[in-house]
Amino acid sequence: MKDRYDIIVVGAGPAGSVTAKTVASKGLDVLLIEKRQQIGDPVRCAEGVNKKYIANFLQPDPAWISAEVKGSRIYAPNGKMVEMGEELSGVEVGYVLERKIFDRALAMEAARAGAQVMVKTRATGLLINNGYVTGVKVQYMGKNYDIQCDIVIGADGIESKIGRWAGIDTTIKPGGLCSCMQYLITDIDVDPDFCEFYLGTHIAPSGYLWVFPKGKNKANVGIGISGFLPKNKRVIDLLDDFVKKKYPKGKIIEIIYGGVPACGTIERTVSNGLILVGDAARQSDPLSGGGIFNSIWAGEIAGKVAVKAIKRRDVSAEFLQEYERKWRAEIGKNIDTSLIVKNRFLSLNDDDMNTLADSLENMDLKTTNLLGLVWALFKSNKKLLWDLRSIFKDIKDINDVDFDDINSIN
Amino acid sequence: MVIKVNRYKCGYCGACVSVCPTGAIELIETWIVVDDTCNNCGICSRICPVGALEVST
Repeated sequence: MKDRYDIIVVGAGPAGSVTAKTVASKGLDVLLIEKRQQIGDPVRCAEGVNKKYIANFLQPDPAWISAEVKGSRIYAPNGKMVEMGEELSGVEVGYVLERKIFDRALAMEAARAGAQVMVKTRATGLLINNGYVTGVKVQYMGKNYDIQCDIVIGADGIESKIGRWAGIDTTIKPGGLCSCMQYLITDIDVDPDFCEFYLGTHIAPSGYLWVFPKGKNKANVGIGISGFLPKNKRVIDLLDDFVKKKYPKGKIIEIIYGGVPACGTIERTVSNGLILVGDAARQSDPLSGGGIFNSIWAGEIAGKVAVKAIKRRDVSAEFLQEYERKWRAEIGKNIDTSLIVKNRFLSLNDDDMNTLADSLENMDLKTTNLLGLVWALFKSNKKLLWDLRSIFKDIKDINDVDFDDINSIN
Repeated sequence: MVIKVNRYKCGYCGACVSVCPTGAIELIETWIVVDDTCNNCGICSRICPVGALEVST
């Protein structure tokens, strides 16, 4: 470890590793620190990701793909099933990843590009000088070090401290965080071709329960609830109820805990000498909870802007606004739409959701995207979904929607 | 400050850290640390997926 780098990235999840790789590949001096002893573990994720999006950034590697799915099946509270093709399923299906290997692969790419990686190294504070973040205080093996740099990248996940230390309020308000539990269950009968989603107040009030296959007889079975349950009920209790009924003979080989930001965008993600990315910037999708793709995307934007800032010798918040503008125009726009949809869906009761599922009967949902599904629902349920009209105000024909176009990044 | 963390239940996921309005909670290695800026609001205990935190008044 040196006492000075161009850039220090705090947190070696997808957001941090992609940022570090982007910056290191331009020849800058980068330190990537991870407070845990191992990268990619413990998993905090249902591991679903849209394979088309991922392929824009990474060469798919069978080593980190647990399963490839063809589509999603959504179960309404009354049990009615809506099947969607992969195109429609949004950011959360396509591949079911093996995050333990995926995250390591991304960190190794950063290392190969020239970044120095340090694990079991925790940020304990920021160095701040004249209103600029100028480095990170870290702790490694019980010893403290001050390391200087031009830009700090806060990629420190939901429990992010970097933003707060720099004066950015990243606190997630009650209702804005999904409290999640997941079991990796083996020896069960699952359809390896579909990700399943279960809705309903008796299964997952203000949230959903998922079954993501990880091969033939194995699946991530998890639940995410936004907001509070009654005092005597815990998220784990709801998951246990479902698992006991659905997979009584299944064997649980891993228990996964986690919080997922579902709050929508925060006020700002840059400061003088500082950029926040990924869960630390609350960039996950409020509707699906998916965050891997947005993190990678934002990480690449952050890396490019950071390189530019250092080359121009201007790391002011004003210069770093370019990152803020770009991610909001691309990723933020999708997050805002998802938040509107999520908020409306949260206020629907079971009967409403059954009505919506019924209205999709006989519709071909194989080729449209998530916004297309919402549009189809809106058209046949205007009264119920009137609050969503703002999303569609500029749209004459849903075929014009280029909602997921990600080719404009460069 | 009277938060009790049950370390044998806690899965150190950090959900409580993200919702704490005063930033009093920190996840270090595999345990939760609460400093004296805690105002006993109880949000952390309600967000915990397993109920590993208890706030007594």
